[in-house]
Amino acid sequence: MEDQILIATERLVKHYPMGKHLFTALNDITITFKSREFTGLVGPSGSGKTTLLNIIGALDSPTRGLVRVMGQDTGTLSHKQAARLRSIYLGFTFQTYNLLPVYTVYENVEFPLLLLDMAPAQRKKAVLQALEWVGLMDKQKSRPSQLSGGESQRVSIARAMVKAPKIVLADEPTANLDAANSHNILQMMIKLNEELGTTFIFASHDDKVIGYLKRKITLTDGKVVEDARMDLPEGRNTC
Amino acid sequence: MLIIKLAVRNILGAGLRTWLNVFILSLAFLTIVGVQGLLQGFNQQAMDAMIDMELGGGQFWHRRYDRYDPLSIENAHEKMPESLTRLIRKGEATAILMTSGAIFPEGRIQSVVLKGIDPAQTLLDIPSAILQTHGEGDIPALIGSRMAKEARLEKGEVVTLRWRDIFGTFDATEIVVAGIMSTSVQSVDSNQIWIPLDTLREMIQAPGQATLVVLSKNLRNIPPDDGVFVFRDLDFLLKDLTAFIKTKSAGSSILYVLLLFMSLLAVFDTQILSIFRRRKEMGTLMALGMPRTAIIGLFTLEGALHGVLALAMAAVYGVPLLALAAVKGIALPSMTESIGLAIADTVYPAYGAGLVLGTTFLILITVTIVSFLPTRRISRLKPTDALRGKFT
Ligand SMILES: Nc1ncnc2c1ncn2[C@@H]1O[C@H](COP(=O)(O)OP(=O)(O)OP(=O)(O)O)[C@@H](O)[C@H]1O
Ligand SMILES: [Mg+2]
Repeated sequence: MEDQILIATERLVKHYPMGKHLFTALNDITITFKSREFTGLVGPSGSGKTTLLNIIGALDSPTRGLVRVMGQDTGTLSHKQAARLRSIYLGFTFQTYNLLPVYTVYENVEFPLLLLDMAPAQRKKAVLQALEWVGLMDKQKSRPSQLSGGESQRVSIARAMVKAPKIVLADEPTANLDAANSHNILQMMIKLNEELGTTFIFASHDDKVIGYLKRKITLTDGKVVEDARMDLPEGRNTC
Repeated sequence: MLIIKLAVRNILGAGLRTWLNVFILSLAFLTIVGVQGLLQGFNQQAMDAMIDMELGGGQFWHRRYDRYDPLSIENAHEKMPESLTRLIRKGEATAILMTSGAIFPEGRIQSVVLKGIDPAQTLLDIPSAILQTHGEGDIPALIGSRMAKEARLEKGEVVTLRWRDIFGTFDATEIVVAGIMSTSVQSVDSNQIWIPLDTLREMIQAPGQATLVVLSKNLRNIPPDDGVFVFRDLDFLLKDLTAFIKTKSAGSSILYVLLLFMSLLAVFDTQILSIFRRRKEMGTLMALGMPRTAIIGLFTLEGALHGVLALAMAAVYGVPLLALAAVKGIALPSMTESIGLAIADTVYPAYGAGLVLGTTFLILITVTIVSFLPTRRISRLKPTDALRGKFT
């Protein structure tokens, strides 16, 4: 099967107001992502990784330029259409987790499936599987306030992956994880990537992640300075 | 429906926060009902007292009688038509004759309204029987305690009374204070002197005449007007009191307005703050792909459910409280005199269905609106802004 283009940005610019001046967080980014990618955005802190992920996910809008996701120009989408796009095709993991505080771990992971109106039995199966992936079967009933940073991060990852979306946008998914957990989760992601063709786009400085990437895009000061294919991802050989 | 399920999940999941919110709302509800009930009870009591002491079930007025014009009463009396005298004979009405006069207590002069009342009547709560039991000699007079205080008169005291007969001639006699009644109704007390009807008729040479006829509260068939005596129903007779109550309750009950304001503020505060505090949560819902309308629906529904829970909670601990107040009454020690309304020292709150339903509605609407507006506002943000907790 030919790998189709899922995401394309065209001359993307993002300014943030900073006092009287404008701060350029993204500067003229033109880039495409195909299906089955396993790509990392790397670069120093403040280089615009999160900003780019947010704009791709239609959580934020660019100052100039175009973003096309699943063939749709996100700049022209209504609230409702953007919500639908996110609900059906996109899974997010946030740098700050953003779990729903009053829900249990189980309910947090279940939430995207409720929005998709999935049948209860199927839903339960998917939730339990996702919790199994991230190793949180014993924390189903806990609330976010009772979790450690790494556990919260894993809930966030389970929530992004539970619906097996076409695209997962993962912002620093391993920042708070130990080596063993990082490894397990990345293996899971690779499995989804290979079996279901899920596209992963990471923002990360973590060498553990970088070792698994098929493609590495380096950002500096809001510009793409390098876009490299990783021919033989070394991490993949070490399972 | 998804949002119902989620709203219930949010409310239960929030635990203590929910119950605190609900408790504050229920307090607001009870405060409004309680204070309003007190005010209603207060007004109801004033009205009842006035009806019992003065108005009966409506009155027939001589066509020239004008309660606002003291001069009018001098020639606003005439013989009553048969339709009214028949009622009086049956005890279903009683006649009152009025004229103006003056008394001279301790050398001072004080103008008064002389009212003749049948000492045998029981239709009004005025203890007119006192006038009957009095023996020979001076004319017996019944006055209210306020009048007694104003004129510094005591029971058994004799005072000179001057009046004009129908020909305009001044005449004077001594009257003796046969009794002092205590009443909260000012209009039968201040500057009023009650004497036997027949005595007054003789004094002003107006045999068989009346200024007005008070009907029994139980009278069903009101006789038609005859052109001389005109029927005035209770709505008309109470118009002053109702207007008075309105201005008084608007003006003198700053406390009430303040309480109402504070209750609503509490509702605003808890709802709006809790929603603004949850904007990160809303951002998360947006990021997960929940449509804007569903988010607004969810948070608005949650607010409304808070209202419903608050009403249930208020019913549980509030009904016994309010019922106790209604049975035991609430003592208002110093207000009676200064307000000048016809009220007793103890007010029994009255909670009408309209009051309870109205307040229920008010609370539900308020809580729904104050949930809806901030949610709508936050949901207009870009998800990233909401997630960052940005204020707009
Ligand atoms: N809402 C905002 N307002 C103003 N400036 C912002 C805003 N969001 C991001 N920035 C700025 O844009 C730049 C890029 O931010 P971004 O979060 O994309 O960086 P990043 O590459 O994800 O960094 P990190 O690795 O630390 O997560 C930063 O300098 C940041 O200060
Ligand atoms: Mg970042």
